Parts: sequence; C-alpha cells; structure tokens
Amino acid sequence: MSKEQALLFELGAPGRRGYSLPQLDLPEKPVDELLPEEMQRKTGLDLPEVSEGELVRHYTALSTRNHGVDSGFYPLGSCTMKYNPKINEETARLPGFAFLHPCQPVESVQGALELLHRAELYLNEVTGMERTTFQPAAGAHGELTGMMLIRAYHRSRNDERKIVLAPDSSHGTNPASAAMTGYEIKEIPSDKRGLVDLGALRETLNEDVAALMLTNPNTLGLFEEDILEIAAAVHDVGGLLYYDGANLNAIMGHARPGDMGFDVVHLNLHKTFSTPHGGGGPGSGPVGVKEHLAPFLPLPLVERGEKGFYWKDDLPLSIGRVQGFYGNFGVVVKAYTYLVMMGAAGLRRAAADAVLNANYLAQRLKKSYALPYDRLCKHEFVISARKQKKKGVSAADIAKALLDYGFHPPTVYFPLIVEEALMVEPTETESKETLDRFAGALEEIARLAEEEPERVTAAPHTTPVGRLDEVGAARNPRVCFEGDE
Amino acid sequence: MSGGRHYLPLTGAERREMLAAIGVDSAGQLFDELPPAIRLQEGLELPPPLSEMEALAHLGELAAKNRHLREYPSYLGAGVYDHFIPSVVAHITGRSEFYTAYTPYQAEISQGVLQSIFEYQTMICRLTGMEAANASLYDGATALAEAAVAACGVTRRRRVLVSRAVNPYYRRVLQSYMEARDFAVEEVPLVEGKTDYTKLEAMCDQNTAALLLQQPNFFGLLEEMNGPAERVHRHGALLVLSADPISLALCRAPAEYGSDIVTGEGQVLGNPPSFGGPLLGFFAARKKLLRRIPGRIAGETKDSEGRRGFVLTLQTREQHIRRERAASNICSNQALNALAAAVYLAALGPAGLREAAGHCLQKAAYTREKITALQGFEQAFAGPHFKEFAVKLPGSAKDLNRYLLEHKIIGGFDLEPHYPELGPAMLFCVTETKTKAQLDDLAGVLEGWS
Repeated sequence: MSKEQALLFELGAPGRRGYSLPQLDLPEKPVDELLPEEMQRKTGLDLPEVSEGELVRHYTALSTRNHGVDSGFYPLGSCTMKYNPKINEETARLPGFAFLHPCQPVESVQGALELLHRAELYLNEVTGMERTTFQPAAGAHGELTGMMLIRAYHRSRNDERKIVLAPDSSHGTNPASAAMTGYEIKEIPSDKRGLVDLGALRETLNEDVAALMLTNPNTLGLFEEDILEIAAAVHDVGGLLYYDGANLNAIMGHARPGDMGFDVVHLNLHKTFSTPHGGGGPGSGPVGVKEHLAPFLPLPLVERGEKGFYWKDDLPLSIGRVQGFYGNFGVVVKAYTYLVMMGAAGLRRAAADAVLNANYLAQRLKKSYALPYDRLCKHEFVISARKQKKKGVSAADIAKALLDYGFHPPTVYFPLIVEEALMVEPTETESKETLDRFAGALEEIARLAEEEPERVTAAPHTTPVGRLDEVGAARNPRVCFEGDE
Repeated sequence: MSGGRHYLPLTGAERREMLAAIGVDSAGQLFDELPPAIRLQEGLELPPPLSEMEALAHLGELAAKNRHLREYPSYLGAGVYDHFIPSVVAHITGRSEFYTAYTPYQAEISQGVLQSIFEYQTMICRLTGMEAANASLYDGATALAEAAVAACGVTRRRRVLVSRAVNPYYRRVLQSYMEARDFAVEEVPLVEGKTDYTKLEAMCDQNTAALLLQQPNFFGLLEEMNGPAERVHRHGALLVLSADPISLALCRAPAEYGSDIVTGEGQVLGNPPSFGGPLLGFFAARKKLLRRIPGRIAGETKDSEGRRGFVLTLQTREQHIRRERAASNICSNQALNALAAAVYLAALGPAGLREAAGHCLQKAAYTREKITALQGFEQAFAGPHFKEFAVKLPGSAKDLNRYLLEHKIIGGFDLEPHYPELGPAMLFCVTETKTKAQLDDLAGVLEGWS
C-alpha cells in the first residue's frame, strides 16, 4: 500500500531556505521611508520553508505519481497526445527566445518576428487560410477569438445575427465560446452515419445564423463528407463556417479547411504540432482567417517591410487584443521547430499513420466492444461499453481498470451522443506493439466484465491512490490547505 | 524523403500488415471518403525538412538575431518582468512526467499534477489572503477580464469601472471580452498618476458590477486602498484587483482592504518573459464566490482506503459539463507555469520573497533618484513606488530607446502612445536582477543623451 505524499506545507522547518540572493549592493533606505507603514503587509506570509534538496525530492516524488506521454500510452480522444520531441524543449529555452521582453524595440527582436512570420506562412499553407494570429493562448481561446471575429464581421455589415450552430457531437468549448460572445446556441443533430444531418441543418439555417462551428473530422473521428454541401448551405444564408482544429491531425497534408469552405480556423499547436500539454497547459490556439475576416484580427500582426519585420498596429476594425501580448510565443517556437523538421511529406505521413493506427485498433476492438459507427474513421474512434454496462461495468470502470495495465484511459463519456463512450485516439507516434498490448488489455477487461465484473468495478489496484471520492470533494470543497492553521 | 521519421515508429511492413487487417489495399484508401475536390493532389508547399542538427542550427540562427535580457540589461516591465529564476525551477518543470501529461482527468494517475496544483492554489491564497484560487488562466490580462465577467455574473449587472492606471493592454483585453457580451466598461480618470476615487461616487450606480484596480498600478505607484472597497460595496459592486504577487511580500494583502477577487500576472514567479507568453494568470476569490471562479480547480478528498488524494473539483462550472452555461469556456490553461510558480515560491519561501521584493523596492528607488536628478528627466508622479516609475523625458522615448540599444541597454516602456497627456515619458522597471554598476551605467548613458 502506497503512502500519502506530504504537502509542501508539512515539510521543512522555520528558517530553512531554498534560495540564494546577492547582498544588496547599494545604500539601503529604511523600508518605512519607501513604503508607508500603513501600506505594509500586516498578515503573515505562510509559505513553505524548505531546502533546495527537500524541494527537489518533493517534486520528484510527485512526478512518480503522474502519468505523461513519456511514461506510457495516452490515447485520450480529441487531445492528440502524441510524442513531444525533445528538441522542441531545447529550442524554446534558447535565451534568444526565452529571455525576450514583448515590448523590446523591433530592431532587437528581428529573429523572433521572423519566426512568427514564417510560422504564420507555414500554417496558412497547412490550413489554406490567408492570415493567422498567434495571440490566442489555447484552443478554447482561439474559439472565443474566432467568435469575436465573426461577430465583428457581421456587425461591420450592419447584419446583427443571434444564433450559432454546433452539432450535438461538438466539443463543450464550442457552445461555451459562442455563449461568451453573446450568441444563442442551437444544436444540430447527427444522423445515422454519425455525421451532420444535412436536412436538419438546412431546416435550422436562416438569416439569423452567424456561424456553424464544426470539427472535421468530428469527435466520432468521422470525416464530414458532405462538407462542401454544408459550407454552401451556411454561406447561402450569409453565415460563416468555423473550423475547430482539435482534430486537424487526421488530415494534415491530405485536405485543408480553407479548401472545404471554412472562413475561420483555430489550431491547437499542443495537439497537432507536437508541443507538450504541460499537465493542462500552456497550449497555443492560433486563429487563421480568409481575407474577408482579416481586417478584424487582433492586434498586432507581424509584417515584413523594407527595413525588416515590424508590428502592424493600425487595424481600425480590429477586435483589439485577446491576450496581453502575442500569445504563447514559447509554444510557437516548439511548433515551428516541429514544422521545419517534418516538412510537407512528414506531416502527410504523420496524418496517414495516425489514421492507420486508429482504424487498426477500431477494427480489432469492435470484436469485444460495440462500435456504434462502424465505418472508416480518421485519427480517433468511439467505442461503447453498453454491452459491458449490462453486467454492471461502466465506461468509467473500464477506464480505471486500464490504469492497472499502465495505460492512460481514453476520453470517457464523450461525445455525449454515444452511451458509455470511450473515445480512443492513438496518434501516429505509437508503435504497433503498443497498440496490440493496449487492445489486449481492453480485451482482457471485456472478458473480466463478463466473468468477474467485480474485479473491474473495484479497479484500480496498483495506482498510488485508489478511486477518489469526487462527489465528496465537490460537496465539501477544500481547495486550499488549511491543515496547519 | 519525409521529415520527422524518428517520431514515426511504423515500418513499411507493419503498415502493410495493418492495412490488410483493416481490409484496405493502400494508405490512400483510408482517405477515400474525402470529396475529390478538396483532396490535395500536390504536396503542401513547405520548405524541405531539416534534420535535428540542421533544425538546431536554424533555430539558433533565428535566436541569435535577437538581443535578449541575459545579454543586455533591460528596464522594461509593463506586465512582463525580468526576475531571477533559481535553477531548480526548470529542473522540476523539465520532468516529463509533468510536462508531457495533460489536464488531470484521471486522478489516480495524476496525483503529481493535482497535488502540485493544490499546493499552488494554497500559496496564491496565502499571498493574497483570499480563500480560494484556481489552477491558472492564460495571463494577467485575461484573468482580469474573466474577473470582470464573473463580477457581472454574480451581481447580474452589465457594467464595470476600470481605473486608467490599469495596464493599457489589460484594458484592451478587458474591452474585447466585455464588448463580446455587450457589457460596458467605463474608465475612472487619474489624478497625479493614481485612481481618482472622488469620481467613484458619481460613476457607481445600480448597474455597476465591479471596480477594477491594479496594485501597484501601471506607473508602479501604490494606490491608497483604504477607501475603494467600502465605496463600491455600498453600491453592491465588487472590488477586483490585479496585483503583482512579488509586491505582496511587502505590501498589504488584498484581503486586508476588502478585495473580492484578486488576479494578476504570475510570470514573475519563476517564468521567463518568453516574448510575452506563456505567462500565468492567477485568480483568487473569497469563498462565497467559489462557484463563480472560471477554469480548473483542484480539491482535496479521500480515496477508497481513506488516504488523502486530490481531484479536479466543482467541474459542473466547466464547459465540458455545462457547455453554453459554463462559467467560462477555458479548457487548457497554464498549468506548467503554475508549477513553476509553486516551485519558485517554495524555493524562496517567506524570507526569500521578502528579500527579492525588498531589493526591487530599494533598487528602483535608487534608480529613480539617479535618473530624476539628471537634467531634463523629471519624475512624473510622487508617492510610494514598488519596482516601476514613470519619468518625463527631454525627447521622445522611441529615440531614447534607440540610443540606449546602441549602448547595449534595453530601455523602458514608451508611455506616450497610451498616456498622451504625459508627453514624452518612459516607464522604467528595476528588479533585483540589476547591479549597482548597471544602474550607475544606465544613469551615465542617459546623461549623455541629448
């Protein structure tokens, strides 16, 4: 049985320190002279007091209680947990990138501007868009930016619209982002194929529709093959088409959102372009647009002039800023490194292998789990534990059981249109052996669900902690340590 | 020859075997449902792929075209700061069990990230005096904007007041976020570089959701905090603060003067400036606002054996459950930057943070005296400052910065475009990273400018 890991606040001793600063090398003034007494802090500053060695051991112990892509397979659907190349970490930490201030004179940051300019050109080519901004810090932030752009576009034409459409299989961020821009959300049902129901879409479309938000391939991993008809229908009523780029990994180099008719695209550099997910972030959510939306992009944009690169800050129709500076530049450096190493053929091969891995796994797993949409998938697929559920074994139980095999589970209970959903995205950086071992584990769990379901529902057995009480955590929230007060 | 082959493990033989298992003849057939009109026939037009050695050289060349802060002393602040980062920080954040993980949805194998978030939240609470904090937001600007949106939600009102002494970039982001929801923003004017509280009475009404202040304010001045909370609370509005966390080692905790939500830029805590991102938005609030906090929150709980453990909690606030009714659309945040902040705060501890803040205070004061003693350089505002101060210049800030760059110094922030009433003026920032020799050199170079 494993032990709890003490909190930082339970370690150390008063007076212990983990830092060393130089002596103040100039004449010190009494603090009261610089900071009036009534402005000085009265309450204590109860931070940990530990030596550097203790600090390192604490976090090393914590790291062993965590699973990352480097620890093992991480087929978390819609999150594209591909391998994160180590060179990316090295280039982003170059002092010539990491130690730049965003407000430096442009002549002192020409290399950074050149990198942003080139990254923009390459991503424009990958997506088929005209201009791209790197300001959004994550995918959802890109969606919010995209919705602001769409709103500004319609407003500029004195054409206020109220509704944004999204399929019932869409990511939760889609309706949330549209709501943050004041839009009313209407859901479009999926048809028997798992695709947008074109008839239902046509019935819902009218001149109050600002946009349709679409992920293609969708969250079932299926390519929306009616995309050209969908685009025409939305454009016919004056609406715009928004591309949620979470699933771009499936089609890079094979098709481009711009060619499908999308007007706005966001990308997730931390998914498709190999930058690490950081335990939850930072990501980067660049937004690409066609020419008619470019005047509304956030400020500033990088331009190339006769005297070098510069910031273009005078777009009268711009939506303004969505992040304090130019977005997660450090993440863009990593994605740029990946882009220049992959090249066109590499990206195309990566997408093809991602699709191959997903189809291979899907075809094997459909023998032991239900595969509600049994057709050629793209980078991910969704199986259902509905057969296992009849024995009392839920998708969550299967996820927990997978932990004992050393795998991160798939995304569970999403998309919402599949009962007991397990959404599997293997990515192109996994070997056939890993896929076979993973399939073997899921097959064994399926067998256990038939024969000894209680063994599955009691899982996990080998993790540092057992199943955690989430209901209790939400009912009586403890979000800040109060133990030693 | 395609690039990135060392990231792609499948061999030709395996691909054929797998295609056969699926029942298709070629990899191309896997894309057969794509309409022919959009299927790319030609490859994308991208430069030929680079090997690892070539890529390192190429990125190294781009980086070498920049003058960075480890090369030239910099006096830029304005929201992104050059503080010392102990070596231990990058070693912890470089552990790939942390940085190659994602949001800890599966708590049993994510205790490392979850506990580190819980510890980070606790440290943010202790710095600010608040009772709850989230796992992070994108940056200080979006954290302030999210706080304004949350304040509108709590009070069911549609207008916020923001001091003109709040970072102009933050105000621009706030404007975008508020405009998107048809919420209004009104700016509170300044007097002597500080928020003019005498205007509050007339500006605050039944429709005011919050007053947004920055402490220390954009000019590095400490705002008087005895009055504003009471004034806005009287109208049922919230006091929302954007605070510099390092300053809080010396300055009053925001809870002491009635703040309801405290946000700020956590980049200063162990994260490099990185050309403005990734940064770290922190967000803390009083407990009664817990369910209005946007983003991820880690909470303490027990496992099936009664052992202490941590989970993402109060998820019904979030987009993946609540969709269009979520508190915010945020999904990915700045978790690794929050980890860096926690390691930084634990390494420095109370004494170290006080020492770092004290050095900023002393060195900025020393520099301010030196510069404003020079002919033509005039202190813009009197009053207590923390690590930044505004100076009126005898010529344009742009020209001065060009001149400083020639002397291998990165000058301060040009205030004039944002505060034209000041005329030519510059915001200088001095942190603990500067030596007396560098500060004397700066004054000497400034003296030679004409």
